[in-house]
Amino acid sequence: MIARRVVLGLYLAQLVLPIYWLITLSLKTNREIIGAMTLLPQELTFENYYTIFSQPSWYNGYLYSISYVVLNTIISLVIALPAAYAFSRYRFLGDKHLFFWLLSNRMAPPAVFALPFFNLYSAIGLFDSIWAVALAHCLFNVPLAIWILEGFMSGVPREIDETARLDGYSLPRFFFRIFMPLIASGIGVSAFFCFMFSWVELLLVRTLTNSKAISAIMTQTVSSAGTDWGLLAAAGVLTIIPGALVIWFVRNYIAKGFALIALWKPERARVGVLGIPTTRGDRLFITLLGSAFINLAWLGLVGPDLGWALALCLVYALAVFRLV
Amino acid sequence: MSLHLERISLTVGGSHHIDDVSLTLERGTINVLLGPTLAGKTSLMRLMAGLDRPTSGRVLADGVDVTGCKVEARNVAMVYQQFINYPTLSVYENIASPLRVQRRPKDEIDRKVRAAAALLRLESHLDRTPLQLSGGQQQRCAIARAVAKEADLVLLDEPLANLDYKLREELREELPRIFAATGAIFVYATTEPTEALLLGGSTATLSEGRLVQFGPTAEVYHRPRSLRAAATFSDPPLNVATIEKRGEAIHLPDGTRAPSSGLLADLADGRYRIGVRAHDLLLARPNEGAIEIRGSVDVTEMTGSESFVHVHTGAHAGDLRWVALTPGVHEVVPGASIGIFVDPKRLFVFAEDGQLAAGPVDTGY
Repeated sequence: MIARRVVLGLYLAQLVLPIYWLITLSLKTNREIIGAMTLLPQELTFENYYTIFSQPSWYNGYLYSISYVVLNTIISLVIALPAAYAFSRYRFLGDKHLFFWLLSNRMAPPAVFALPFFNLYSAIGLFDSIWAVALAHCLFNVPLAIWILEGFMSGVPREIDETARLDGYSLPRFFFRIFMPLIASGIGVSAFFCFMFSWVELLLVRTLTNSKAISAIMTQTVSSAGTDWGLLAAAGVLTIIPGALVIWFVRNYIAKGFALIALWKPERARVGVLGIPTTRGDRLFITLLGSAFINLAWLGLVGPDLGWALALCLVYALAVFRLV
Repeated sequence: MSLHLERISLTVGGSHHIDDVSLTLERGTINVLLGPTLAGKTSLMRLMAGLDRPTSGRVLADGVDVTGCKVEARNVAMVYQQFINYPTLSVYENIASPLRVQRRPKDEIDRKVRAAAALLRLESHLDRTPLQLSGGQQQRCAIARAVAKEADLVLLDEPLANLDYKLREELREELPRIFAATGAIFVYATTEPTEALLLGGSTATLSEGRLVQFGPTAEVYHRPRSLRAAATFSDPPLNVATIEKRGEAIHLPDGTRAPSSGLLADLADGRYRIGVRAHDLLLARPNEGAIEIRGSVDVTEMTGSESFVHVHTGAHAGDLRWVALTPGVHEVVPGASIGIFVDPKRLFVFAEDGQLAAGPVDTGY
């Protein structure tokens, strides 16, 4: 029991450490950040946050980002809901191929589409607007939302649709009154994934707008005069907050959304050397996070040549997937 | 309302789900669709409701062709084998839902919902959601919705199959009473012959998408027109054997010889198939004329009040298999030699093409 607590405690510390470091950085002065390694701020300062909330270029960046993210989430859901219903309930020519083709959009790197989008939006005068980004992100978010929603919709028995028709419901009325409440959790999960993708996406935003979004503004902290670490950390903390809020609201449904991955390859959680039940996803997460720490330790203790650190990471990954 | 199916067929991907079925159902009647799984009961119901469109043929309601009609426009209610309710609505709203769509006045909705709930004993659960109810109550909720709607055509597709024995019995008793008052056409699909007999009314036996026989339930049971009709309406399965009649004697393939008496006496010489219901296969000689068949016991199943004795006859196991249903508990050792008896007045004789050649005249029931 105690061993289990220790292991879980270490696991938690591993998760929290980067966030803790980010928060303390945001409360320090640049002099202290560059000077010495301190666990707690020696000269506590809120100057970095004050800068963000007082300078229009900073707080407008957040508002700008929020507006295209919300716009994108709404557009994605409005398109994906009827599309997912069609994929779930009707058979039509090429439906399976179309369904897979949608997902293949999601697999393409955004860089592939950046230039065509730029060219197109410049031509039709959409460049440098929230619509430009919101629509561009739809290319990635609509397929994802359709895939998630289709899974949830197919979990609702077809007989409910038929009963509603027999009861006299028209299709739109049935959809809004009966069906959407039934898949509310699916809508929540889709909204979460759309939100997160759009919120952290950098390349398309920078290409399609004139550096108005927060992710673009944050890069301005790096200048010829050096990096403003404190300000960057403060902006980072504020960037985490919307995501954390969304997770809080849909936390009960997210597990179900992730479980959809397990539909392709069903698995059971198993209890390994850590004494906690883990799934494939957990093990991947532990591997990635652990690898980051291995590399950091190598940098600090050995030197900048990370070749052997990478080899060590591979051994670590193998061990985690075998034993944990 | 009367419902008339006119030479309905449904072909999906080259296979006949429903093959040339004609059927007329009158208002205020109970109609049972009886057949094994995949016989086409659900397909036929979906065609009646208008959920599917027949490949050929017409559906007439009160003489009006409703074949291509929208389901929403027909006044039909359906209860499925799975308990289908709207999980996000309360039981009250579930029952009220068809009335709400019709935009009936509030007090009328309230009155009808409470009446339907009272009929199905759901009054104390109106505020709950369906998933908080037991399986039996969930199905009651689905049935209450059909009652409150006052549909012209009520379709129940094996509504009790997913319930445990006790609840099934209880609800089955209530169903005819519940729907008798509404004047609707009541259609009930089941795989169990016993259920058809308990419900009464009329029965349509189905087999492989075809309508085998339709008529009053007792008549279909006692006077099946063909081997297929008799086999569909028998539980446990009908005992079937090929016999050959030559003059005054009949021969069974296992070598049994018997004088041709009873129903067999008047038949012309030739090959026939006889069907004997399990409860007409006796372990003790009922009268002098009974045909005795010697065989050995495979297994005995006891339900408490009845025993099923499985017997095979002939030199090789599997030559002929018989199942006898006898009242009481009979423990017969497997492998034991036994005599089973058939009263030649209480069997069905079918010609080689499957049509009834002779059947019990006085059923005695």
